Amino acid sequence: MTVLGRRGVLAGALLVTFSSRGFGQEGGGGAKAVAPGLPGDLAKFPLLDSWIRIDGQGRVTVFTGKAELGQGIGTALLQLAADELGVPFAAIGLVTADTARTPDEGVTAGSHSMQQSGTAILNAAANVRLLLAREAAGRWTLPLSQVAMEDGTARAPDGRTVPYGVLAAGLSLHVPALPDVPRRTAPGLVGRNVPRIDIPAKLAGKPSFVQDLRLPGMLHGRVLRGPGDGTRVRPAYLDAAARRPGIVRVVRDGRFVAVLADREWDAVTALRLLQGAGWTRMAPPLDPGDPNAALRRLPAQDIPIFDTPPGPPAEAARALSARYTRPYLMHGAIGPSCAVALWQDGALTVWTHSQGVSPLRRALAELLGLPSDRVRCIHTPGSGCYGHNGADDVAADAAVAARAVPGRPVRVQWSREQEHGWEPLGPAMTVDLDASLDASGRIVRWRHAVWSNGHDGRPTSAGGLLAGAELDPPFPPQVPKPIPMPEGGGDRNANPLYDLPDASGVYRFIPDAPVRVSALRSLGAHMNVFAIESFMDELARAAARDPVAFRLAHMTDPRARAVMREAADRFGWQQRRPGGGGRGSGFAFARYKNLGAYCAIALEVTVDPDSAQPHVTRVVAAVDSGEAVNPDGIANQIEGAIVQSLSWTLHEAVALDATGRASFDWSTYPILRFADVPDRVEVHVLGQPGQPFLGTGEAGQGPTAAAVANALADAVGARCRAMPITPERIGAALPLRS
Amino acid sequence: MTVLTVNGMPRTVSADPSTPLLYVLRDGLALNGPKFGCGLGQCGACTVLLDGAPVFSCLLPLGVVGGRRVRTVEGLGTAALPGPMQAAFEAEQAAQCGYCIPGMMMRAQALLERDIRPTEAELRAHMAPSLCRCGTHMRILRAIRRAAVLMGGGVRDPAEPVRPLPPAPAR
Amino acid sequence: MRERDPGRTVLRFRRRRDLPRARGRRLVAILAGSIAMAALAGFAVAWRPALPIVAPRPGSSFDLAGVERGAVLARLGDCAVCHTASGGAAYAGGRPIHTPFGTLYASNITPDPESGIGRWSQRAFDRAMRRGVARDGSLLYPAFPFTHYTGLADRDLGDLYAFLMTRTPVAAARPDNRLVFPLGFRPLMAGWDLLFFRPGRTAADPARTPDWNRGRYLAESLSHCGACHTPRNLLGAEERGHAYAGGWSDGWYAPPLDASSPARRAWTADRLFAYLRTGLDRSHAAAAGPMGPVAYQLARVPDADVRAIAVYVAFLMARPAGDPAQEPERTAEADASQPEGAALFAGACASCHGAGAPMMLAGRPALALGTPLHEHDPRDVIEIVLQGLNPPTGAAGPYMPAFGDSLTDGQVAAVVAYLRARYGGGPAWPDLPHAVRTARRQGSGA
Ligand code: FES
Ligand code: FES
Repeated sequence: MTVLGRRGVLAGALLVTFSSRGFGQEGGGGAKAVAPGLPGDLAKFPLLDSWIRIDGQGRVTVFTGKAELGQGIGTALLQLAADELGVPFAAIGLVTADTARTPDEGVTAGSHSMQQSGTAILNAAANVRLLLAREAAGRWTLPLSQVAMEDGTARAPDGRTVPYGVLAAGLSLHVPALPDVPRRTAPGLVGRNVPRIDIPAKLAGKPSFVQDLRLPGMLHGRVLRGPGDGTRVRPAYLDAAARRPGIVRVVRDGRFVAVLADREWDAVTALRLLQGAGWTRMAPPLDPGDPNAALRRLPAQDIPIFDTPPGPPAEAARALSARYTRPYLMHGAIGPSCAVALWQDGALTVWTHSQGVSPLRRALAELLGLPSDRVRCIHTPGSGCYGHNGADDVAADAAVAARAVPGRPVRVQWSREQEHGWEPLGPAMTVDLDASLDASGRIVRWRHAVWSNGHDGRPTSAGGLLAGAELDPPFPPQVPKPIPMPEGGGDRNANPLYDLPDASGVYRFIPDAPVRVSALRSLGAHMNVFAIESFMDELARAAARDPVAFRLAHMTDPRARAVMREAADRFGWQQRRPGGGGRGSGFAFARYKNLGAYCAIALEVTVDPDSAQPHVTRVVAAVDSGEAVNPDGIANQIEGAIVQSLSWTLHEAVALDATGRASFDWSTYPILRFADVPDRVEVHVLGQPGQPFLGTGEAGQGPTAAAVANALADAVGARCRAMPITPERIGAALPLRS
Repeated sequence: MTVLTVNGMPRTVSADPSTPLLYVLRDGLALNGPKFGCGLGQCGACTVLLDGAPVFSCLLPLGVVGGRRVRTVEGLGTAALPGPMQAAFEAEQAAQCGYCIPGMMMRAQALLERDIRPTEAELRAHMAPSLCRCGTHMRILRAIRRAAVLMGGGVRDPAEPVRPLPPAPAR
Repeated sequence: MRERDPGRTVLRFRRRRDLPRARGRRLVAILAGSIAMAALAGFAVAWRPALPIVAPRPGSSFDLAGVERGAVLARLGDCAVCHTASGGAAYAGGRPIHTPFGTLYASNITPDPESGIGRWSQRAFDRAMRRGVARDGSLLYPAFPFTHYTGLADRDLGDLYAFLMTRTPVAAARPDNRLVFPLGFRPLMAGWDLLFFRPGRTAADPARTPDWNRGRYLAESLSHCGACHTPRNLLGAEERGHAYAGGWSDGWYAPPLDASSPARRAWTADRLFAYLRTGLDRSHAAAAGPMGPVAYQLARVPDADVRAIAVYVAFLMARPAGDPAQEPERTAEADASQPEGAALFAGACASCHGAGAPMMLAGRPALALGTPLHEHDPRDVIEIVLQGLNPPTGAAGPYMPAFGDSLTDGQVAAVVAYLRARYGGGPAWPDLPHAVRTARRQGSGA
């Protein structure tokens, strides 16, 4: 893998002090802004060589603190750089999140990568091109406007050329960016479907994932834990495990236990032996009843979300209220979390698929009692994560194990049951909505209340890592904190984008989590949008209005209206078949965080009259993510969001009993399979050249959930407000006479 | 010592006969195509072809492989010279994280080698044992339909016809 | 109890491993039986009148409460299981039913006027259910369990009719049956009926609890448990003297529900209830093969009905509660006697069934508790290894991957022999490779 053996020090980063972690980390976070006038993360790292370097041969390298999570970010960033620099796409190298080499752009999350890193690289590239062009103009004593910059070469009108490498040798990129350097206008790769750079290797079986790292002398490790959070295995068979053939070491540190072997299968069988000792629950027993009801009984802090004053006095003709719920959900990466760590000469290197290499570095440094600069975290892709899963925890496991065998890299791979049992879950949530309509069918009052645990358990200290609680003495656990609006956590997207007078919302933030929870893709938006957009349909029905017309009547944002219209037109909303008899159509819309991408979804479902099994036949999405660098990449993300959200919304719920999670594998936590995916999914990307990037990765989850609920209500004439919307729940609502 | 035929080549490995083939392929032969996903026969990430049939290599003891033929994505082609299945996945950009994809390709390859003109329903039923968490299903289906065409057949009653691709920008 | 049982006079056939010889005997028996049936058919009246067609009734004319009761009854009767083709519309028929006499296709019982039962009157429906006679007067094959439904109460038939008549009509013609000669000639069934069919209801037993009586009614008639769990004679009739002594269904052995049940731990009503309701009981094992869909249906009916069935079946098994302290586990002996099977088990099975495996940590039953390893016939263990366990898509439920494509016949035989030696009761199963070949040749469900 190319990540090995590269060395480099990031001069720019040294100028910037690390901030201690503040709120809003899920939204990206990272270092503090030192040049607030610069766009994107250039404000935090204004020096050009933090982002772009050109060597004497003219080889260009782009640096980003964001990580490739399968969202195609690397390709989009290179498209921006290639266009703006005037360099062939294939000639640019890319270095992603590496604490020793790239800017600290915090966590790759919240659909912020294009806004923060994309904007920074775009503007840094414009700056670099300007410097190179000035250098060439100086050599030729030509006015700047006469120098053409293409294909990595500066060209004079008379045909003279100088390659970028030569120009770069004569100037320093270790200078701050200037604001407002104009972008190039010539058509290039931006806006085109450049194929992703990482896909060919993945298709051919080239090493692509942290799971594929094979370092000389590497040991395979497994860690011993109980079947789920809140449990532990009795340490009964440690000696027996150590005596097994092939076992190199059993590492024990406090309650932390890992087995290390030369061959992976030997580590697996040793772990099974250790697990056979039986387990106990250490945490108090769980309330085995309805998890949402249990949650609402816990103490909550009320946080106001929004408050719009009443408009002109209006007569409320009709009031509606409804309660919606979501269970605990799993991230459920297909490849369980994995990391490789090497402890050498008192320093630690970790190859990790964590979404935040810099916060992880700080947490690992604290865990191991090292100064931060003795820890290096290198992002290496893993299986898709969809938020905070076991990536950071397994990195800590590998680090603690590697400390016991200096000089030997240790690869720790979690088992399937460990990923299911220990990953932080997406929180269970309840939303109560209450609204009034006037006689003309306009909403004149709106109340929103959302109950949820925190959505940000990402480690910023040793106590945020599983191993931190196991070492002796243990590190104090991280205190869960709400993420403030406008990004929000449990309250993300609780403030509707519609024009609503007399509207307010409250977040009943519940600090104590009965099970381990943290950020799941889109955080509270999945639930809040599900509730708001289901409720909009209920209100439209009460007002006897078409659901799309009802929404448009309450929406003034022109881009929101355009996205809604696009989805409705492409779907053929006007001409749709009337709902009923087990067939129906549904519509929903949201602007992610009210700051990001706009997404509207229209879809059609059928319901089997006997089994009440729903089947989504056709989904049409329209999305406006600002300037679309790679429209197919956006479509890919939205398609994925739709299918994933259908799985969450129709199939998934973590089963809990008094002793913990009863969902320990895929048979006890079924997810959507090929047999159940829609017949067709279309995504229409509204291009917005020149507009700011709005991010895409999490825009589709909420609208999909509500659209399918609305379509089901249309199909069977009764509404399901509790996720997952299973055949049992639909069947309970299904009329028996067709 | 066990002699295996992997992607047409005889390979010698030394491992206990109970070791699942997945670990032998990854650990012993340094192949990356078969992935560890569950080790329980539930997800399909580890799928390889055994005498042409898709099997979960995580539950396939080395001792049973004997003289049978094992194929992994590495045997379908290379990044420079992709086979039709790989070319189709590339053309459809059928990956997000890509972790499930090698298993998907092997499972699909088995179907198309047996029947170059499956129906859409057969295709979906055949793929059911393989899980994808990124929600790449629609693209995976498109890619398999495209692969069927590239291999000289086609999916009957496809949910979406295979369309000619717009030319990709130079890379 | 009924007195006369002409079925007893026909040759019995129970063990699958006798199959090749039995097959010849069966053909002879079918011919001989057919001649007898033909004689009897002529003697009896092989002709039943067609009943008049009626205009399809609008769904709204049915009482909603009756439709709702009918929905539950249809699940208790597993109607959808046989009458829905894989991937097809519910109740539209077309599912192949493989029998030793050839392949039958389930009929369309949606209210489609042409291909379904839309123009059947309640009377025609009742006659079909209770007498095995279709509306047009033709005789139904006993793969349709009218021999059980004959005991159904009038009200239940009314509710079932209301439920079926309010389904979505689906136009779907039934494929032609493929039966061995001469069984395609339906009038022969009159002879069969005369020999084996005893119509009528069984009166409630006032000495027993209401639960027991309800359970007997459901198990004997609507849920037709005996259709699988009772051995059949050479002409495919359930052997009256051996009710619930274990039978065959779709290539799977349906273990006895009487005192000869080989279960390690006693089946109590509570355990049966959990098993029937969820497809899994912690003291036994998971529902496999044709029992999987039954448990899936029973997950969606009222508790009381499932409990009643559980009470009755526990009574049939007549086993005192109380479990052996120790389950058989002879690891060392099995490892020594079956080294090939031991290696296979370690690589293919132990990831789920071995100590310390996730399923075991979650409290799933150990292999020794499952009935199949204690049965006299290895077929169920073989089928489970070949086919695995597949919960309906999207539903949580016991799952096991299929090993049919990974293991050769010899390897399946080796691992089955090892399982029997390590966890099973009874002597080693003889000639396993042959049994595996047979199971594979007969195919999954074929
Ligand atoms: S890793 Fe083999 S099926 Fe999941
Ligand atoms: S592409 Fe990520 S799991 Fe399938």
